[in-house]
Amino acid sequence: MGVQKTYAEINAKIRAGQAVVVTAEEVIAMVAEKGLERTAREVDVVTTGTFSPMCSSGVFLNFGHSNPRIKMQKVWLNGVPAYTGVAAVDAYLGATEMPEDDPLNTSHPGEFRYGGGHVIQDLVARKPVRLEAVGYGTDCYPRREIETWITLDDINEAILFNPRNAYQNYNVAVNSGPRTLYTYMGILKPRFGNANYCSAGQLSPLLKDPYFKTIGIGTRIFLGGGVGYVAWHGTQHCPAVPQDPSGKARIPAGGTLSVIGDLKQMSPRWLVGTSFLGYGATLTVGIGVPIPVLNEEILYYAALRDEDLFAPVVDYAEGYPYCVPGNLGYVSYAQLKSGKITVNGKEVPTAPLSSYPRAREIAGILKEWILQGRFYLTEPVQLLPGPGSVAGLKPLKEKSLEE
Amino acid sequence: MNPKRIVLRFSPAVVDKPIIYRLARDFDLVFNILKANITPQKEGTLVMELSGERYQEGLDFLRNQGVAVQPLSEEIVRNEEKCTMCGACTVFCPTGALYMERPSMVVRFNEDDCVVCQLCTRACPVRAMEARF
Repeated sequence: MGVQKTYAEINAKIRAGQAVVVTAEEVIAMVAEKGLERTAREVDVVTTGTFSPMCSSGVFLNFGHSNPRIKMQKVWLNGVPAYTGVAAVDAYLGATEMPEDDPLNTSHPGEFRYGGGHVIQDLVARKPVRLEAVGYGTDCYPRREIETWITLDDINEAILFNPRNAYQNYNVAVNSGPRTLYTYMGILKPRFGNANYCSAGQLSPLLKDPYFKTIGIGTRIFLGGGVGYVAWHGTQHCPAVPQDPSGKARIPAGGTLSVIGDLKQMSPRWLVGTSFLGYGATLTVGIGVPIPVLNEEILYYAALRDEDLFAPVVDYAEGYPYCVPGNLGYVSYAQLKSGKITVNGKEVPTAPLSSYPRAREIAGILKEWILQGRFYLTEPVQLLPGPGSVAGLKPLKEKSLEE
Repeated sequence: MNPKRIVLRFSPAVVDKPIIYRLARDFDLVFNILKANITPQKEGTLVMELSGERYQEGLDFLRNQGVAVQPLSEEIVRNEEKCTMCGACTVFCPTGALYMERPSMVVRFNEDDCVVCQLCTRACPVRAMEARF
């Protein structure tokens, strides 16, 4: 039989300072040179990284109790509303939330300069943040309003809890139409003027474990510059790995992660407030996942190259907004990174929304943490649903009760 | 009047039309082209000084022709603290002043090639490209 390792064996090597840890970029050359089996024997952990806008992100906050106490019914942080339909001084601030007086898209395309993601970055940068809250008054919580300043260190808890991050693979966005489009995939020039993509390709965590053989509930990860955990599969988790029509490549699809971690040990370098012209505000999140080399099969996928990984090209003029099935073909991440792809016979310049240099930096930091014995691998409590276990995403049907 | 510095942006549809000479012929304006980046059938950018009695009429004419006109800010500066090196700007920069170094995918900014068209200030998702007046 080939190589077999356990989490306990790998952690023992980390403890002894003998673990061999390489990034998902570095492992590619090793496998090319030494082959799969020898590399699997030598390498214990492959580190991945991604640094991309991830809208389904936010933070649970507990502000502490004022005197007299207030049951907060509405909360604003630097003018951005947070959801407080939970306990008295708890709230959830979502990355895409905007101030109520923001012009949004009334003058299209709107700028969305400051939203929930920007507040999260200011909090983690330890800047003072204006807290305003109102309540309706109860016998136990008599106060009706409060205005004060908080910092991350003043409040009891700040728990980053992102329901959907680290998309396994994503559309390459193009625009076949006659006018410029302002989308969550950036600005798309008319008549296939550009193609925007959003993945670290060969460094991206879920592209390197497409069958979810190692990533599961409780997997310890790099999150926002600190240590976090995989809490669950992400929303819209849809981890199929179909073959492309030519049968040449298998295309990992839409697996996602739900992640959690203590915001107080994160950094504004790895949680960045982000604005998409004409679309909205969000948060760019840094995530790195360590992949234990338990056997050769796991290494095989962890060592796939940009040339081996493909993404679908999707038209945001018609296809995406009106749910037209199908796409305009597949392109590899190597093609995307070259700066041009061919769509419908036309050469189209490409641009990433996901920072490859920062993804490389994350994979490098995670590697250093493990080599220094500061970060151990966790065996998942339960692996995430893999390909075949999720039927597909349901569309929202409009219906009335009479039907 | 003192000459004003402006940036003109030509869409692919108008880039092939003779337009600038009419500023002199029809509106008696004095122009001095400082930088130009024009390629047939692609977006073009032109930075010029423009002066004359009928300056405003000249600008109206340009806009009616489908040319985007805006005042020239002094320079575009990349805020290195903010820039995440994603590369979203590179596909909008008409002169290639913002470009990706391959294979590292590091984003570079060559100020000498910048025509201060300000397209990057809108395309940058983290607002790292700043116009200084």
